[in-house]
Amino acid sequence: MNDLSPSREERIANLKGLGCSRKRVEDVRFTQGKGNYVDDIKLPGMLQGDFVRSPYAHARVISVNKEAALALPGVIAVLTAEDLAPLNLHWMPTLAGDKQMVLADGKVLFQGQEVAFVVAEDRYIAADAVELVEVEYEELPVLTDPFAALESDVVLREDLEGQSAGAHGPRRHHNHIFLWEEGDKAATEQVLDSADVVAEEMIYYHRTHPCPLETCGAVASMDKVNGKLTLWGTFQAPHVVRTVASLLSGIEEHNIRVVSPDIGGGFGNKVGVYPGYVCSIVASIVTGRPVKWVEDRMENLMATAFARDYWMKGRIAATKEGKITGLWCHVTADHGAFDACADPTKFPAGFFHICTGSYDIPVAYVGVDGVYTNKAPGGVAYRCSFRVTEAAYFIERMVEVLAIELGMDAAELRRINFIRADQFPYHSALGWEYDSGDYHTAWDKALAAVDYAGLRREQAGRVEAFKRGETRKLLGIGLTHFTEIVGAGPVKNCDILGMGMFDSCEIRIHPTGSAIARLGTISQGQGHATTFAQILASEIGLPADSITIEEGDTDTAPYGLGTYGSRSTPVAGAAAAMVGRKIRAKAQMIAAWLLEVHEGDLDWDVDRFVVKGAPERFKTMKDIAYAAYNQAIPGLEPGLEAVSYYDPPNMTYPFGAYICVMEIDVDTGEHEIRQFYALDDCGTRINPMVIEGQVHGGLTEALAIAMGQEIAYDDIGNCKTATLMDFFIPTAWETPNYTTDFTETPSPHHPIGAKGVGESPNVGGVPAFSNAVHDAFRAFGLRHAHMPHDHWRIWKIANQLGLHG
Amino acid sequence: MIPAAFEYHRPVDVTSAASLLRRLGDEARVLAGGHSLIPMMKLRMAAIEHLIDLQDIDALKGISIDGDTVTIGAMVTQAELIAHEGLAKVAPILREAALQIADPQVRYMGTLGGNVANGDPGNDMPGLMQALGAAFLLTGPDGAREVAARDFYEAAYMTAREEDEILTAVRFTAPPGGYAYEKQKRKIGDYATAAAAVLIGKEGGRVAHASVAMTNLSDTPVWSPAAAKALTGTDCGPEAIRAATEAALADIDPTEDNRGPVAFKRHVAGIIITRAIQRAWSRA
Ligand SMILES: Cc1cc2nc3c(=O)[nH]c(=O)nc-3n(C[C@H](O)[C@H](O)[C@H](O)COP(=O)(O)OP(=O)(O)OC[C@H]3O[C@@H](n4cnc5c(N)ncnc54)[C@H](O)[C@@H]3O)c2cc1C
Repeated sequence: MNDLSPSREERIANLKGLGCSRKRVEDVRFTQGKGNYVDDIKLPGMLQGDFVRSPYAHARVISVNKEAALALPGVIAVLTAEDLAPLNLHWMPTLAGDKQMVLADGKVLFQGQEVAFVVAEDRYIAADAVELVEVEYEELPVLTDPFAALESDVVLREDLEGQSAGAHGPRRHHNHIFLWEEGDKAATEQVLDSADVVAEEMIYYHRTHPCPLETCGAVASMDKVNGKLTLWGTFQAPHVVRTVASLLSGIEEHNIRVVSPDIGGGFGNKVGVYPGYVCSIVASIVTGRPVKWVEDRMENLMATAFARDYWMKGRIAATKEGKITGLWCHVTADHGAFDACADPTKFPAGFFHICTGSYDIPVAYVGVDGVYTNKAPGGVAYRCSFRVTEAAYFIERMVEVLAIELGMDAAELRRINFIRADQFPYHSALGWEYDSGDYHTAWDKALAAVDYAGLRREQAGRVEAFKRGETRKLLGIGLTHFTEIVGAGPVKNCDILGMGMFDSCEIRIHPTGSAIARLGTISQGQGHATTFAQILASEIGLPADSITIEEGDTDTAPYGLGTYGSRSTPVAGAAAAMVGRKIRAKAQMIAAWLLEVHEGDLDWDVDRFVVKGAPERFKTMKDIAYAAYNQAIPGLEPGLEAVSYYDPPNMTYPFGAYICVMEIDVDTGEHEIRQFYALDDCGTRINPMVIEGQVHGGLTEALAIAMGQEIAYDDIGNCKTATLMDFFIPTAWETPNYTTDFTETPSPHHPIGAKGVGESPNVGGVPAFSNAVHDAFRAFGLRHAHMPHDHWRIWKIANQLGLHG
Repeated sequence: MIPAAFEYHRPVDVTSAASLLRRLGDEARVLAGGHSLIPMMKLRMAAIEHLIDLQDIDALKGISIDGDTVTIGAMVTQAELIAHEGLAKVAPILREAALQIADPQVRYMGTLGGNVANGDPGNDMPGLMQALGAAFLLTGPDGAREVAARDFYEAAYMTAREEDEILTAVRFTAPPGGYAYEKQKRKIGDYATAAAAVLIGKEGGRVAHASVAMTNLSDTPVWSPAAAKALTGTDCGPEAIRAATEAALADIDPTEDNRGPVAFKRHVAGIIITRAIQRAWSRA
């Protein structure tokens, strides 16, 4: 006779499954400094690599003299393009269908570009040798402005001369990369021509950088005896790196093992393939010794993976009553020296065409021109699903500008244009199918939570007091309602270098009822080891604490496309749920045999199968796991393992309503965030505490971007923001208090209804902060001013509006 | 960001440190907290072959208060300035200013001596020392001398200190009256966009004496006797403050950097100076 205690509630609690704020299992090692990062890897005989980089943004390389460097004791090799050319590795393909120099081949195209790779016995000797490599340059005219680049006679990419088409169609100028279009241009322009009201604005989303705490790096170890290459690195997509490494090097894929150990933040910085990876591999093959390369902070900011840099020209049409009738957008996208954007292959502007946002806009058009300039390559999705941040910022600014044009309250304008709950699944004018949403409910909840009407009254009073000379501070109320598109993506239209963007999970249940599961994703701080175990716990009825999650080793984990674009939960999380269901199906057969009933006579109940109508007759998953290994069950293989590859039928569309209340000192340009309310709807909530952590982190990065963080260049292409003195990373001091809230609208197509959340706060946060700045000055006539809103740029707004007397 | 090779020396008294400096010449540099020097070495902007670490020299440590004379050893850290209760009583402006330097990690390492000897116009203590009218005590192989803080700074990174001299201490008279150190910066860990140190003495409702100085608004710290003059004898009302601010602004020469263009810096400087005067007066 089975014991019926513990109760059902206790058994659910014991699993720590879906909905539980389970403490992050990773934090035990991270908070004690016991993580194991790439730079912690030390192998016997390991050499160190370091780059000679270009001080110029555009120059011909006349000569590279390695003699003095090679003469320094401890220097093993100095590699240049000439050395890599026989292996055809002096250039490499980019994720965007372009190619990029691994080492300068005849010229350099941005400051900080890799010119030579020094390999030495230790890090110090390598750095000394870098100083000794003599490079002779002949400076060339520099183009840092994409509009000027499209007019200029200066040819940046001489290697492409005569090629009138690239990977994404025709190029109309030698510095042009592609024109990508979506929507109905003619119909949109017709609507604009006959609209009651049209608001027009140029909105610049400035260049910035993901700047993870840990910079990029790799350790390559070629074992010449067994022919195996092991590559540890800061990779957000280790399996793709293995495939690329195999294709580039000719080493068969089974002879390459790629390992992403602990990763100290990625935010898109670690999706791309960088020259440092290629050079460490080549150096290890050439020397027969392991070679480590880890970039320093300045190299990280100057050379690997910028984000944004979109000049977005917008026109939005509406009726007098404020019903939006059309949206038109043209983007001039500064891609830098090589098109190394990290987007699914068929989407050279990522998912920018989610830019109709949360609104029911009948007709729309988007065109994006990609342009080469003398800046670092990249264009990665910095805490963002492929240009969604740019899209959300664009539409949330356009709506505000339209509100000004109409003389309407911006909250009300949004409300009358939201896609209604009964319209889902909703087909947008630019071709997406939004899976689920309830924007009005979220919006009303948010406005009520902050007492929106009260805030507007206070603001009006403040404006009057300011005009009377009683205060020098203005109050801004920043509104945002964003819709994200995450979870790339369906294999039918999403791939990276030809690899479909499915993901995977494999699980082995051990005889005593614990388990190990491996996935094709890789956590960089998201807490996968915590949350994926929770999904599995709820599916298979074993406690999350008894399930080990492993990712990042291509020799053991199933193939997957990695972690970025909030895709892990929508895709790999779905695979985890599906693999759990496969386990349960087999477990049901085992339970039926053990209980001597028909499978159909069993019900699943939290952690066990129970005979229908006989609650005292059941087998727990623990019993079943044991039976799977110690009983000969007719017709069933022993063991309890499964694997699932999940090809998502659609993206998921998380959304949220954010409100920022900001005080602005008109005289100094300083700001203070008095209140920040963030409501997120990410569908089914797996771990509320992890969600809250993700929201806090994403909002803080959004704060940085909106209020000061940028990668800026001077006229001759010098990067002016290459250290953390000038590149803004908020500390606890600058970070405000956040209030988080939620609604829960499950995704109809995801097995557990979950959407992504990691990037939502960055997507919605930037327009919320920026709109607060704009809103503070609305009463004085401001329409739009470019980010970042650092002190002097806010001061400039006030100054130009004549507020300094 | 890997420095070039260097020799490391760790003398235990000032005389041996000074003679090391003389012997090794301009290839040597003393090391205090290292939070200005080591970044320069890592950027390879400073090639230094010999580092003479001062941390074992006891004579450079400690804060002594004798009546109203305050003497602070060169190796006293910014964190120690903040923590010292006696100092907070006689010269609270030191704590107020030190708290606005960087972050706790930097302040545990960065020293008063390094901050004033460095000659970086961004450092906060030199401006404060102008306001206080402090004296810097220097010891070289040929003996000791005193240089007034107001005579010490010649240009960015150029000071009156001889290459073989060590700054041993800073000495000043505790300022009676109100005080304020006001600083605008972009974020924690940033140098000033504009900063001002103001000391005001009050008698019979009027300004008896004043001292006004500024940080990061020229290639050296700026002391503005004209601003002090504009305040002295007044009731420190809006007129007087405006005049003092105008006078102070006439003494600065800011340059454009990532913090903003000159027009912005001048405007912010005016605001910061005004606020510092108001706050100092409210405490006088
Ligand atoms: C991130 C960061 C932010 C910072 N922000 C600020 C700020 O906002 N305000 C501010 O004022 N400072 C700031 N600093 C600088 C910090 O306060 C430094 O510590 C200080 O400027 C120098 O002190 P130190 O003891 O580190 O000197 P070191 O770096 O050791 O030395 C600096 C220079 O002074 C010389 N020197 C040092 N001691 C003596 C001596 N006794 N005699 C002769 N020469 C000597 C050295 O040879 C060297 O040339 C910041 C530093 C960092 C890293």
